[in-house]
Amino acid sequence: MHPAYSVIFFTTASSTGYGALIWLVILAGTGATTPTFAFGAVTFVIALGLITAGLLSSTFHLGHPERAWRALSQWRSSWLSREGVAAVVTYVPALVFAAGWLLLGTVEGIWLWVGILAAILSAATVACTGMIYASLRAIPRWSNPLVVPLYLGFSLSSGAILMVTLAAIFGMTPGIWAWIAAAATALTWAMKKAYWRHIDTAAPTATAESATGLGEIGKVRLLESPNSSANYIMREMGYGIARKHAARLRTISMVTGALVPIVALVLAGFLGGMPALAAVVLALLGTAIGVLVERWLFFAEAQHSAMLYYGASDV
Amino acid sequence: MTSLPANPGTKKLGLVIDLDICVGCHACAVNCKEWNTGGHSAPLTDENPYGADPLGVWFNRVHTFEAGDGADGRTVHFPRSCLHCEQPACVTVCPTGASYKRETDGIVLVNAETCIGCKLCSWACPYGAREYDHADGVMKKCTLCIDRIENQNLPEEDRVPACVSTCPASARHFGDLGDPDSAVSRLVEERDGYDLMPEMDMAPVNKYLPPRAPARENPAMQAPALAPETPETEAEDGFLGWVDRMLSR
Ligand code: SF4
Ligand code: SF4
Repeated sequence: MHPAYSVIFFTTASSTGYGALIWLVILAGTGATTPTFAFGAVTFVIALGLITAGLLSSTFHLGHPERAWRALSQWRSSWLSREGVAAVVTYVPALVFAAGWLLLGTVEGIWLWVGILAAILSAATVACTGMIYASLRAIPRWSNPLVVPLYLGFSLSSGAILMVTLAAIFGMTPGIWAWIAAAATALTWAMKKAYWRHIDTAAPTATAESATGLGEIGKVRLLESPNSSANYIMREMGYGIARKHAARLRTISMVTGALVPIVALVLAGFLGGMPALAAVVLALLGTAIGVLVERWLFFAEAQHSAMLYYGASDV
Repeated sequence: MTSLPANPGTKKLGLVIDLDICVGCHACAVNCKEWNTGGHSAPLTDENPYGADPLGVWFNRVHTFEAGDGADGRTVHFPRSCLHCEQPACVTVCPTGASYKRETDGIVLVNAETCIGCKLCSWACPYGAREYDHADGVMKKCTLCIDRIENQNLPEEDRVPACVSTCPASARHFGDLGDPDSAVSRLVEERDGYDLMPEMDMAPVNKYLPPRAPARENPAMQAPALAPETPETEAEDGFLGWVDRMLSR
């Protein structure tokens, strides 16, 4: 599948924003942080800003952005519609929670419950994003049970690293929270490795033989394409990446997204002051690169069954 | 709208494509483009049509495959368009309700007034049957020529999809595949018509008829071989031959 930058930015930015919002509620709920105005203001602006920027970027690739509101109507059948509804609804408790924190300086009682609701809706939105991909049978590599947990995992781990970094900037010692972020990161990348192993070894779902029904005659191969230059389907679905390049990019994403952040976060848990801050900032930078490369690969490595009509032998 | 009809009618309009007969002339694809660029989904925009890398919207495309090897190998021309599936993922993924399946006859259509051009339906279709029009910003697809099959201004015999009306080899048939007694259903029955990619669970309505076994295994279908032609009189050399040649000038 063609890796469109607007979609890569949307899925990574919003999901990090939702993850950060979830951890903010957890920090407040466990009393790990007090609702100080400055910390709250900066984190809400960054978390909600990432969410909003991501959602806006996802409308850039629409043919008719001015009709985007119509996408909220088909939640009965469409995961994309459900994602839209969940995203819009999440703003309500998130903004109420922010108001309690920033205007009243409280995150207790009913305000905390509103925050918990915002956290649950955030997770639901990210799960809907995962389901959009996981429900597409035509793209067999996506339609597997690891995709939704992976989207949730990346949201929670990158959100945790962002939150720990912001907290460290405001003078909090990362301590155990750095280790929690490290654990979330390790778990997510372990799932990603399992996903890669799965897509490398899974038996093909469809073949040129099943796509044409000519398998009884023998092996099927394309002799002539219907068009002399690439058409819409070939441009959108026909993105291919050589195995060698994919392997290199997987390594880059694992080193920057998993190895660097995990080592930095484990160290940060023992440190305080500037060294701890430096370590979590390093973890955040690594995770940003690692997750962007991972998301690019998620698209580039996925093959669409329509390509069986354009020369692919199986998907 | 995006949910599939709760009480679908029994009518399932669709195409039956005979891979034994198709000669790969692309007439169906060309006439499809010709009709539809002025029809329900008009225009089917072409970008850079005379340039090195043209891009245009087509609802019907003819692929050519080779199957098997050596003496058993076949070249098969393979027209491909929307199969008007009974369980079309392209419809259920649509967030706006622009994509829908008609309750009355099962035709799958896009409402160009409400489509936001998110392209998700084209990702969901396993067959690559939907093409995005960059100029209009909406998704387009085969309409089974609803503007012909229901068109009271056309003579009765022309109320079939453009591809069917134009095929010079009669490799394409149109009809109600929901009626077991219709001509198309009987054809599918007789010729073992099949679904493309059944593993995708879209339950396509359109059916394909397989190429028949090669004629050499079925000699009755071959015309009798011609006997070698023998001239009535032997051409002669010498004087008589010279006379014969002179006289027959
Ligand atoms: S062939 Fe593709 S576009 Fe047509 S109904 Fe089936 S899934 Fe939808
Ligand atoms: S491109 Fe249009 S028809 Fe297709 S899913 Fe999006 S809104 Fe629906």
